[in-house]
Amino acid sequence: MPMVALFVPCYVDQLYPQVAEATLRLLERHGCTVEFPEAQTCCGQPMSNSGETAAAVPLCNHFLDVFERYQYVVAPSGSCVGMVRHQFSTLVPGHPALEKVQAATYELCEFLHDVLGVRQVKGRFEKKVGLHRSCHAQRELRLASGSERQVAPFDKVKTLLGSLEGITLVEPARTDECCGFGGTFAVGEEAVSCLMGRDRLDQQAAAGAEVITGVDMSCLMHLEGLARREGRPVRIMHAAQVLLGEGA
Amino acid sequence: MGHLTTLTHPEAAARFAADEPRTHWHDDSLWFMRVKRDRAAAQVPEWERLRELAEGIKAYALANLPALLEQFEKNAAAAGATVHWARDAADHNRIVHELLFAKGVTRLVKSKSMLTEECGLNPYLEARGIEVVDTDLGERIVQFRNEPPSHIVLPAIHLKKEEIGELFHEKLGTDKGASDPKYLTEAARGHLRQKFLQAQAGLTGVNFALADTGAVVVCTNEGNADMGTSLPPLHIACMGLEKIVPRAEDLGVFLRLLARSATGQPVTTYSTHFHGPRRGSELHIVIVDNGRSALLGRDPYRRALSCIRCGACMNTCPVFRRSGGHSYGVTVPGPIGSVLAPTIDAKAHAALPFASTLCGSCADVCPVRIDLHHQLLAWRGDLVKAGHGSAGKSLALRFTAWLFASPARYALAGRLMRLALRVLPAGLMRSLAGPWGRQRELPVAPAESFRDSYRRTHGRA
Amino acid sequence: MAAREEILAALRRNAQPGAPRPVVDGVGARFPDLAARLAEAVTAVGGTLVRVPDLAAADAALRALPIHQGAKRIASLVPGVGAASFDPATVTDPHELEGLDLSVLPGSIAVAENGAVWIEGAKLPHHALVVIPEHVALVVNVADIVPDLHAAYARLDLAGRPRWGLFMAGPSKTADIEQSLVIGAHGARSLVVLLVG
Repeated sequence: MPMVALFVPCYVDQLYPQVAEATLRLLERHGCTVEFPEAQTCCGQPMSNSGETAAAVPLCNHFLDVFERYQYVVAPSGSCVGMVRHQFSTLVPGHPALEKVQAATYELCEFLHDVLGVRQVKGRFEKKVGLHRSCHAQRELRLASGSERQVAPFDKVKTLLGSLEGITLVEPARTDECCGFGGTFAVGEEAVSCLMGRDRLDQQAAAGAEVITGVDMSCLMHLEGLARREGRPVRIMHAAQVLLGEGA
Repeated sequence: MGHLTTLTHPEAAARFAADEPRTHWHDDSLWFMRVKRDRAAAQVPEWERLRELAEGIKAYALANLPALLEQFEKNAAAAGATVHWARDAADHNRIVHELLFAKGVTRLVKSKSMLTEECGLNPYLEARGIEVVDTDLGERIVQFRNEPPSHIVLPAIHLKKEEIGELFHEKLGTDKGASDPKYLTEAARGHLRQKFLQAQAGLTGVNFALADTGAVVVCTNEGNADMGTSLPPLHIACMGLEKIVPRAEDLGVFLRLLARSATGQPVTTYSTHFHGPRRGSELHIVIVDNGRSALLGRDPYRRALSCIRCGACMNTCPVFRRSGGHSYGVTVPGPIGSVLAPTIDAKAHAALPFASTLCGSCADVCPVRIDLHHQLLAWRGDLVKAGHGSAGKSLALRFTAWLFASPARYALAGRLMRLALRVLPAGLMRSLAGPWGRQRELPVAPAESFRDSYRRTHGRA
Repeated sequence: MAAREEILAALRRNAQPGAPRPVVDGVGARFPDLAARLAEAVTAVGGTLVRVPDLAAADAALRALPIHQGAKRIASLVPGVGAASFDPATVTDPHELEGLDLSVLPGSIAVAENGAVWIEGAKLPHHALVVIPEHVALVVNVADIVPDLHAAYARLDLAGRPRWGLFMAGPSKTADIEQSLVIGAHGARSLVVLLVG
């Protein structure tokens, strides 16, 4: 049985515990032994993406110290996994566990698809679902082929979601355009950020999405905040929750 | 160069985006280019291989620039061209002016050259009594408006046809209220044909300079570079020193990528290989450094010198599409511009690397595979290190990092935040949340964090 | 020459040794019918292609077109094709070509993938013959179609024989006003490729 350390992004831990819980249950359902290392805090991405590399470094080191003893490290976030896999290399190049942890760290759907070889998820979800393809999952982790590149098409998250019984996946126009969250961009460039987010919501609505899902709760938090302010009827759920068939 | 904005990017972007219907129109116009690019790329089965080759050829050219430039100079001279070297914009402008002055030129036609925009050539020459006419239709439009291009391939993409109709009515005497693009283009054709016939010199940019032949290659759809150079007895071609490609045959790679990436066309209409001067005329090639040699020594930004100015990163950038090229306040805007601008003046352009969500779409459309979003991220670190970051944001993030460095402090901070979200009045929280809360709700905070519930259910301390 | 030396010195200082020049492989378009593909490509870039068995037929086909029938001043650099009204080689000042209605020019290579035709500069007494006329007709031999630009450059061998010339793909065009495609920006308002053979 794969031994998995659950890497719960800080904002998921504090604001979306149900997403971490769903991740834990989904991994256990697929035969993993899961442990949540309680010493974990934050991978340092908010600092690094804002140029505060010196502030990020201690967090990166701490992360590697906490997770180095695990076979697999799995997180419900493409963005945080992208941070570990790519940005750590320049931030903490000397850490002895760097390469081991980088190789062991996966985004949840990526782990299910690539490591466990899951193609069929047992469960029902009888809703029209629009997948929001978050950028770092898309273009840093390559969870899907992407609309830009001319390569054989694939989409790991969609494959998993599409295997649920009863689900109807709808495709928004501009299949993988950014939602405008972008970390501190959401605040620093508030006007463009919110316009981008509302455009995504419009495109999902036009496609008929009752539920918008994705692998990054940060993008979804932004979309949810916009949708709630405007009283839009759409539900926002993390892919882990949908894959568990929650609330269907 | 016209009047560039003095607002920061977020300010200019907010102003642009405040007109939502117009912003959506701008966004859709550029997205249409992206769609055309996708279609064109999809028709080339080896598209990704071409990108790899283009990246590799450019990397090779940059690694061997001094030798390739010397080879180019030798071959261009052998073909009868005169090669000039300009350290910076001032050198460039002076050289061009001297060439024009020596021939008594008072009327110059130009085809598109971002380099001359960068150097501020037009106002320099105009101040010295030379009429400079930009002959690319989009460039002529923005020149009439006394503003810089908002996009390197589509200079007037920010303007509606009605506005151009109004402008042409005033400048060219077209019918009042007429806005049909065909009609307006025809009017511009007639107007510019006269300018071409009267011009005493033609100036062009350079898309590619071939080291092994000494040719400069200029690509246009309108034919304005060919018009501008085939009539007067003087052709001045201005090029950034990074335009060098080693071999003519490398153009097989670049020309298959360039127009497809730029506009979704399979190739530009005119791809003219100038090799020495036309009979009875002179060809002068001005090779410009203006910060490029310094950039060559600067990791990781050196790769930005590979840019072939297709504009694809602008068309795909969700921020560019919703903030407009002028919001960047630089000659080359968008993702590539946000990498290049701070190499010239880091302090002045410190906001640009932050004017991105780091979505990475730019890097995936780039025909020479510049890792644009990674370069923007690198810039953020370098700018903060150099003291050009935002002090308030920096303090907040450093404090957060200090909190998060200890699991106990992290847990306590999280608890306090959730408590605040739960008990403080929504209105107060919204104002505390600042720009987050203007158009967005804050998340509904749970009573318990995941780690709290995990500890409770899994019974570990 | 101080600037030259300074720039080259700075470049030598800052250039980083890199990977070797890549070998251009794994690329190349393949089309079962080059002529058919060329016709599609020329149409896609806004031109038209007329296939004819020989030069006499090319001449007849051209004369039947409105661009020829309506033309008063015609320059032809392809003997026997088009009713040339004057010899452009006798023109000394290219400005005198203003008002030219039609240029008939030889194309030495046609690229099936993108519709571009290579025009040899040496064959043109004036560069302006490409852009100044209202219409352009290019006469191309069917044996001179290559699949793509890689093949075109291989045949051109510009390094072996450096010279000027251009690829022309369709008529002059612009989309600078709200991206509406308008044919005939500065140069030819139409382009016809007469494919011979």
